[in-house]
Amino acid sequence: MTHGNEFELNRRTVMKLGVGVAAVAGAAVDLSPKVFAAETAPAKAPALGARLSRAEGPLKVTGQARYAIEQKLENLAYGVTVQSTRPAGRIVNIDTSAAKALPGVLDVYTAQNFLKLNKPTVYSKGGGATEEFTPIQDDVVRFNGMHIALVVAETFEQATEAATLLKVEYEDGDPVLDINDPKAIAQLIDPMGAARGDAATALANSEVKIDVTYTTSREYNVPMEPHACIASWENGKITVWEPSQWVGGARSVVSEWLGIDIENVRVISPYVGGGFGSKIGAHPHVGLACAASRKLGRPIKVSLTRPQTFTGLRGRPATRQTLSIGASKDGKISSIVHESWNETAIDDVHVEACNNVTKIMYATPNFSSRLNIVPVNTVQPGWKRGPGENPSAYALESAIDELAHALNMDPITLRLANWAEIDPSNGMKWTTRQLREAYAAGAEAIGWWSRTPAPCSMREGRELIGYGMAAGSYPMIRTASEARIVLHASGQIEVLSAGTDMGTGTYTILAQTAADALGVPVEAIAVRLGDTILPRSALAGGSQQANNLTGAVDKAAKNARDALLALAASDPKSPLAASKATDLTFENSSVRPTRRPSAGISIAELLKAVGKDKLEIEGNTFAPGATEEMKNGADRSFAQLKGAVEGGVSAHSWCAHFVEVRIDEDFGTIRVKRMVSAFDSGRIFNPKLAESQWISGMVMGLGQALLEEGYVDQRDGRTVNANFADYAVPVNADVPDIQVISVGIPDMQATALGGKGVGEIGVVGVAPAIGNAVFHATGKRIRSLPITLEKLA
Amino acid sequence: MRTFEYLRAEDAATAVVEAAKPETRFLAGGTTLLDLMKLNVERPARVVDITRLSGLDTIEVSADVIRIGALAKMSKVADHADIKEAAPALSESLWRAASAQLRNMASVGGNLMQRTRCTYFRDPGAYSNCNKRNPGSGCAALDGVNRNHAVLGTSGVCIAIYPGDFAVSLVAFDATVIVRGASERKIPVDEFFLLPGDTPHLEHQLSAGEMIVGIEIPRSAALERSHYLKVCDRESYEFAAASAAVGIELEADGKTIRDVRIAVGGLATKPWRLRVVENLLKGKTLDEATLRTAAAATVDGAKSSGHNAFKIELAPKSWHAP
Repeated sequence: MTHGNEFELNRRTVMKLGVGVAAVAGAAVDLSPKVFAAETAPAKAPALGARLSRAEGPLKVTGQARYAIEQKLENLAYGVTVQSTRPAGRIVNIDTSAAKALPGVLDVYTAQNFLKLNKPTVYSKGGGATEEFTPIQDDVVRFNGMHIALVVAETFEQATEAATLLKVEYEDGDPVLDINDPKAIAQLIDPMGAARGDAATALANSEVKIDVTYTTSREYNVPMEPHACIASWENGKITVWEPSQWVGGARSVVSEWLGIDIENVRVISPYVGGGFGSKIGAHPHVGLACAASRKLGRPIKVSLTRPQTFTGLRGRPATRQTLSIGASKDGKISSIVHESWNETAIDDVHVEACNNVTKIMYATPNFSSRLNIVPVNTVQPGWKRGPGENPSAYALESAIDELAHALNMDPITLRLANWAEIDPSNGMKWTTRQLREAYAAGAEAIGWWSRTPAPCSMREGRELIGYGMAAGSYPMIRTASEARIVLHASGQIEVLSAGTDMGTGTYTILAQTAADALGVPVEAIAVRLGDTILPRSALAGGSQQANNLTGAVDKAAKNARDALLALAASDPKSPLAASKATDLTFENSSVRPTRRPSAGISIAELLKAVGKDKLEIEGNTFAPGATEEMKNGADRSFAQLKGAVEGGVSAHSWCAHFVEVRIDEDFGTIRVKRMVSAFDSGRIFNPKLAESQWISGMVMGLGQALLEEGYVDQRDGRTVNANFADYAVPVNADVPDIQVISVGIPDMQATALGGKGVGEIGVVGVAPAIGNAVFHATGKRIRSLPITLEKLA
Repeated sequence: MRTFEYLRAEDAATAVVEAAKPETRFLAGGTTLLDLMKLNVERPARVVDITRLSGLDTIEVSADVIRIGALAKMSKVADHADIKEAAPALSESLWRAASAQLRNMASVGGNLMQRTRCTYFRDPGAYSNCNKRNPGSGCAALDGVNRNHAVLGTSGVCIAIYPGDFAVSLVAFDATVIVRGASERKIPVDEFFLLPGDTPHLEHQLSAGEMIVGIEIPRSAALERSHYLKVCDRESYEFAAASAAVGIELEADGKTIRDVRIAVGGLATKPWRLRVVENLLKGKTLDEATLRTAAAATVDGAKSSGHNAFKIELAPKSWHAP
């Protein structure tokens, strides 16, 4: 570790941020004395819970935040990948002579002139990778759009032109194109199924039955910042600037790809332009960049084009779910039988846990679910916001609406009639479940009880009006993590973590946390994130990071207070050296004798008095006695990840969405007019940021419901709409008036500071709420996403 | 990307001479050309930048005619007060297209020249079979994913859709394209665009070196009472699933149709004027029954390629919806 050198002051880049929180990131960090010297008056209101804007926002909007491929490196070369145009078979030959003859071309790597990449360990086997696939190691064509070559040249333009000149000779294989391909063979993932009671018999004996099939399309995460990295090999060590939700995982994967010690890998990711799950794993093009840098001995930039991001990695797989619900005439559910299928790569495993919501939402004595994967010739699907929960809630909450209609019951009344007092999947108590409050608040805000419930009963002019609602859940995942606080004699206070901020607000809430725990204003805190030289952190994924890191920072701050009291009492040069530590109090950023409030000295004064430049204090949320191996495991794998039922209680975030749609009766165009959603995410650390997360999840759900669908050419498996014009996501004009309501209460059984997950719950349940509203408006039940105008014709 | 030579034309005469040389393209707003160059669909050896030519961005609305310089930006024309007054459909067809950023860059001359959004046309790395790019090589779209391909004006070798909006309103109102080469000539916009037939690589009447310098639209009562309607999957920044430019003039009785103009977009291989429908309506009383009868003729000769069958259902509704 070269920690000391990393903090060379670089005054040029410092700015006092308008919102009052200093975000510090990037390779070198300046902490301007002007910003930090004044020991300002103690903040009265707690910082946590305040509506602060994102600390790094001004850096981003003024172009000063430097993203991964914006690093300026000497001698940088440019790599462009070439992707296959056939779905299966093998590559007989790639003629690279024309490409290599172009000026500026340094080399062309293919399976015939290859760069060695070891297979990385996928997360399900204890590693940090999301796919085992490593490109150009063999001649097998696994899917259309697979990387088959890397062209490296002095300029991006040269590499791009050379990439068009490869002559690829294929021997076609027999592909399985998608989940509906008759050749596809499903595989049961037995351990992830669930069962209680006798679901089949209870279903057969029930008075009312719903028996439906729901499907979702291939969806893509398409963050604004494409997947693009710089790898720089130097003297046996490699530095990778990679937009990452998890630098520790990426570091582990890079070390495996290259077969080098992990200590020789550094991954840096101060800013991430969106990920939504797709930047948890470093994807195969990063391996190519790393190996090419080692081979050529110079830094290499590899940036996937927008079309390449559709096949260089994948988002949510297409799913199919069958769901049967049995109930009594008065609406008591007696049985749920659920089975799901999702696409996965032909030789990689991605399971979409489609029973995650189904198995816990309602109190039914009889339940069974089975999960299946369907290997097809596609790039390995991945996580997209609410993986598992999202399709799970789509099928369940649509089917519950169908049941409500069949029973002639109000959908909320039906849900309350089947309220789960405890987690029905395991009999555990919930930690907190403010879902009743969510139903009530959402219904009130949208005017649910004023609608006319019959389908096709509401209209305005040529517009049919529909109301729909649906609920959702997201499990509270936790992983112990570390943080470090550095108290400088200048008055600067730094908070350090390897965790990343993909635009969610990590910089901001960690400053808020430290400010409260140290009794200083948030302006005094500078946060540095996204670098493997910083204290170990689990991934920013699974809606866990905010709670993981606020807990670690709070612990570090408490340790810092103890350390300051001990220092004040023990160092002979301390003005308070005559005191015992137990007679001292830390309050409002100063140390003072407990009985003499006026005799306090500030942190900076104390450090100056004892002749220290700085004091570094670690804190973590590991159990006492945690080994280095466990701490590394938390940083680099899912080994230390604790699920929703840790400690014998069941912890989840909850939501209820309400939407109003307007449908043009002639054209079938659906527009969402209003969305109101109520969330139980426990304690909210920063309402402004939490609301933004919820709203963005809701907008993503709107896209899923109405627009997003990857089209697969049925002749060759190619994704033909791999661009932002043809793969439509919502634009501003599609996004309606949105209201979000927090109904959560601090959940101290869930996490150290009482928060629950925020990032993913926003999307879970949006699509069924919209689908249910479309049914209310038109009387048509569309059971496949997206609901496009031709499906309503 | 192929290395290309860049020339900035200082006057129109030079631009026309330079552009007549082989493998040369005009560059105005660049919103189509640069996009297609990045996709390797367009590979010019030379690019002649005409954005500095003076006098080609004027907008004039006189008593009889609207004249728009070819270099006028889409956004300027869309927002022009006299055009909004005299020709609402023209304004609407511009601002319902693209995004604000693109409309600020793109010229109306270039807008006429935008090329199809056929995904196979735009993917030369994977599909060499495209009769538009490589005449005689075949058409990948015929049996491919063709949800947004044409149902009207197609041929057995190409079903690529004309993607634009502005030209649909121009065709409806008998606009003329003013073209300058060795000399100046005027081409009715309906004739400016070519049907694919057996030669889908030929899309318009321009000869090598000819440059669009302006557009003229005769004023009419129908144009003053006109509207451009666009049906899209999403609300904005989207090509039409179906669209229509419609203008109508009634007799003094307030119900008899004296003049009507209808053209549709998002459906055909070129901006599609519905003269047959217009003739069915002229002189008739404006009522639901008349409209429905005439609307049925909207898709005369329409041919589905599979995924785009919905357009045939949708098209008549795009202009007659009550």
